[in-house]
Amino acid sequence: MTQTAPRTLQLGKIGELVPRIDAPPKVKGEFVYASDLIAPGMLWGHTLRSPHAHAEILSIDTSAAVAMPGVHAVLTHDDVPGQKTYGLEFPDQPVLAIDRVLFYGEPVAIVAAEHPEQARRAAERIVVEYEPLPPVADMERATELPDLHPEKPTRGHGYREDDRPNVVRHLVIRHGDVEADGDVSVEGVYDIGIQDQAFLGPEAGLAVPDGEGGVDIYVATQWLHVDRAQVAPCLDLPLEQVRIHLAGVGGAFGGREDLSMQVHGALLALHTNRPVKIVYNREESFTGHVHRHPARIWCEHRATRDGKLVNVRMRILLDGGAYASSSTAVTSNAACFAVGPYETPNALIDSTSVYSNNPPCGAMRGFGAVQTAFAAEAQMDKLAASLDIDPIELRLLNALKPGDVLPTGQVITGSLPIAETIRAAAALEPPAAEALPRDPLRLPGGAGNTTNGEGVKRGVGFAVGFKNIAYSEGFDDYCAARVQLLQDGSAEIHCAAAEVGQGVTGVILQVARTELGIQDVRLAPGQTSTVDSAGSASASRMTWMAAGAVRDACRAALEEQQRRPGEEIDVERIYRHPRTTPLDPETGQITGERAHVAFAACAMKVVAEVDVDLGLTRIVWIGAAQDVGKAINPQQVEGQIEGGTAQGLGLALMEEIQTRDGLITNASFTDYLIPTTLDMPPVESVLIEDPEPDAPYGVKGVGEPPTVVSTAAVAAALRAATGRELTRVPIKPDDICL
Amino acid sequence: MRIALTINGEEHHADCWEGESLLFALREKLGFPGSKNACEQGECGSCSVLLDGTLVCACLVLAAQADGHEVTTVEGLADGDRLHVVQQAFVDAGAVQCGFCTPGLAVATVDLLQRNATPSDDEIREALSGNLCRCTGYAKIFDAVRLAAHS
Repeated sequence: MTQTAPRTLQLGKIGELVPRIDAPPKVKGEFVYASDLIAPGMLWGHTLRSPHAHAEILSIDTSAAVAMPGVHAVLTHDDVPGQKTYGLEFPDQPVLAIDRVLFYGEPVAIVAAEHPEQARRAAERIVVEYEPLPPVADMERATELPDLHPEKPTRGHGYREDDRPNVVRHLVIRHGDVEADGDVSVEGVYDIGIQDQAFLGPEAGLAVPDGEGGVDIYVATQWLHVDRAQVAPCLDLPLEQVRIHLAGVGGAFGGREDLSMQVHGALLALHTNRPVKIVYNREESFTGHVHRHPARIWCEHRATRDGKLVNVRMRILLDGGAYASSSTAVTSNAACFAVGPYETPNALIDSTSVYSNNPPCGAMRGFGAVQTAFAAEAQMDKLAASLDIDPIELRLLNALKPGDVLPTGQVITGSLPIAETIRAAAALEPPAAEALPRDPLRLPGGAGNTTNGEGVKRGVGFAVGFKNIAYSEGFDDYCAARVQLLQDGSAEIHCAAAEVGQGVTGVILQVARTELGIQDVRLAPGQTSTVDSAGSASASRMTWMAAGAVRDACRAALEEQQRRPGEEIDVERIYRHPRTTPLDPETGQITGERAHVAFAACAMKVVAEVDVDLGLTRIVWIGAAQDVGKAINPQQVEGQIEGGTAQGLGLALMEEIQTRDGLITNASFTDYLIPTTLDMPPVESVLIEDPEPDAPYGVKGVGEPPTVVSTAAVAAALRAATGRELTRVPIKPDDICL
Repeated sequence: MRIALTINGEEHHADCWEGESLLFALREKLGFPGSKNACEQGECGSCSVLLDGTLVCACLVLAAQADGHEVTTVEGLADGDRLHVVQQAFVDAGAVQCGFCTPGLAVATVDLLQRNATPSDDEIREALSGNLCRCTGYAKIFDAVRLAAHS
């Protein structure tokens, strides 16, 4: 078994710019990712997937596949010993399809063979007889079409009753007088395509039977313990017999919250009594994980003649695809942050997610707030234009501040320096326009632009976005850390926080070093059997939560050491952020002090050039100011801003999972484009440090805010350059050709 | 079929199925998993290696085609614990997040700087445009290349 090299400490303390401990093994090619794992006697797993978006399964015949060379197992739903379905929040998704398939790419059968090609060829020989059914492919018609989940998996969880077919969750936020009129009103309808996380490390893992009926699963994931909680019932094993270990993760961005190969690998391993490795190829990765929800958003913003918001009315429709995943929380996030970081005395926000036979959607960086920020910021610009007010002044006039009330009725009690963040981004000076003619590489469209730039127009856009930090609406959100002080004066930290590339390993070590005052600190490999849950590496929560847990465990360990000097110390502590409570299902109002823990914002200025003759774009420069609380490692925070900005830019300009009647037509990096070195401009960033009073060391999460805002800001720059409304992202050449 | 090739200066042998890519052989049969399998269709550059000194995607070369040739992988850049100047620059510039693209970018950067010791910013962008990164937004990767060029 190859293991990730032990992580040792050569780091500084909190607030210092320190290199990542995992950087040297990563640059040397020695860091062990999930797809690199190898074990003696290992077999390769392969997944047979549905070619239909919606079909009945009449029969599955595995006999020819079983007889293929090198094949050790071919398993279907009949071979799932325990619970046949699983799910991140609602167990509505079959481990392997039973009598129907609800999306293109849904797993139907799994194969283990000695060579991956043998496994693939055997899967081709499985005969599945389907009766194709008409797909529910249009989210606007989903509530009128036959119910894909008549058993209503999300009912009874405290959400608003809605008996229409295919409703995952319907949330209405009624704030103040929802009919209040303003002096002026602007309306708009906005569309957002399906975005993919497109992490580079494909889904992968290795399942190893322990010889006693249990299994160890080494996997790239975002939350070890929630994987275990889903895997064990499907295997009909007690939790202790399923041990999940964090293998090297090649990016996540929400796409590894749901299970991928975990149960499949374990089933094959237990069935064959051999280690089994499953590595998705890129097409499988695109079809095999959840995406960012596509959305349609209807908006009406009413304001006074002076530009103060009076009433914001928005209707949000999100396509959740075939299974619930985290759609209920995305529905709420989209609604709660729909207005953006602005104070409004009245609001009516109606947010619905639906089931369909489109690709399943769930978590992706920004989690509902990306879609609504695109719509709401376009509306703010429209409002500014209709009132002839500077768009930045309009935003400052309405900017939220501590003490203000959100549409949910929650009073902002912590840090939220929106005006300061807006001013800092507005103050960033973009470079002067470059002269023409110039090197084609610096024209919109790059070397493919054969003109001298005659059609190039320049535009500057501005946007602000914010969202919540950590889990909300009453979720028991906690993180555990365990600290061992050893006889040799060193310390070992156990924390199951998933290092997905965001740098939480460094955070943990920096906190431990700060608290313990020693150099020699190691972080043990993350696993479920040595420490309690860390919660998910998502919702911009992991830095805050891991810092809190490690801080508390370190302080407890030092106290214990004073009581028992000279002895080895081993303590575990659980950290919880301030409790939240659910939203009222009828009014969308808070039922306690808060539904959300804290908030973070990012403001962004974007300079774009558009060749309006050719429909080509070039983003020239981006300036960002982000409300970060306290930067534990400024270099890593900048990296999050730059990377998060790139993902939002991708959604604005090029990224979309395309479907035809539910079938994905571009599941490759040839056809699904993500920003390259030629697409990304310089990003100048300013960190606004306004400590969050409820958080350890005043930190806030930093991963999501730049993604929330950058799609909106890039679109604004293209609007400024073209004068077009551009109500749909990604914006295509046809949209901007004048 | 049995192939013999030189990897990072040492001769290696492997039994391969004719359809296996050089990337698969390196990763699964020859003990060089540093080259990464992000797309396996020549779009992302994460499997970049030097084949007889030429930058290629190892996923687009059959293992059989590499028979008798010299391959330099990311594992061949460092001298023991002493990182190659390009690798050190990636560490120092903060250019590594999840790191899945890093091996390919390190090899591509070594190739760039061998051909052009002082590339302009535009030349860096163009040379690395075949290497996708999803985490960093590339800013710190550009910093790393400039840092390596000045070292």
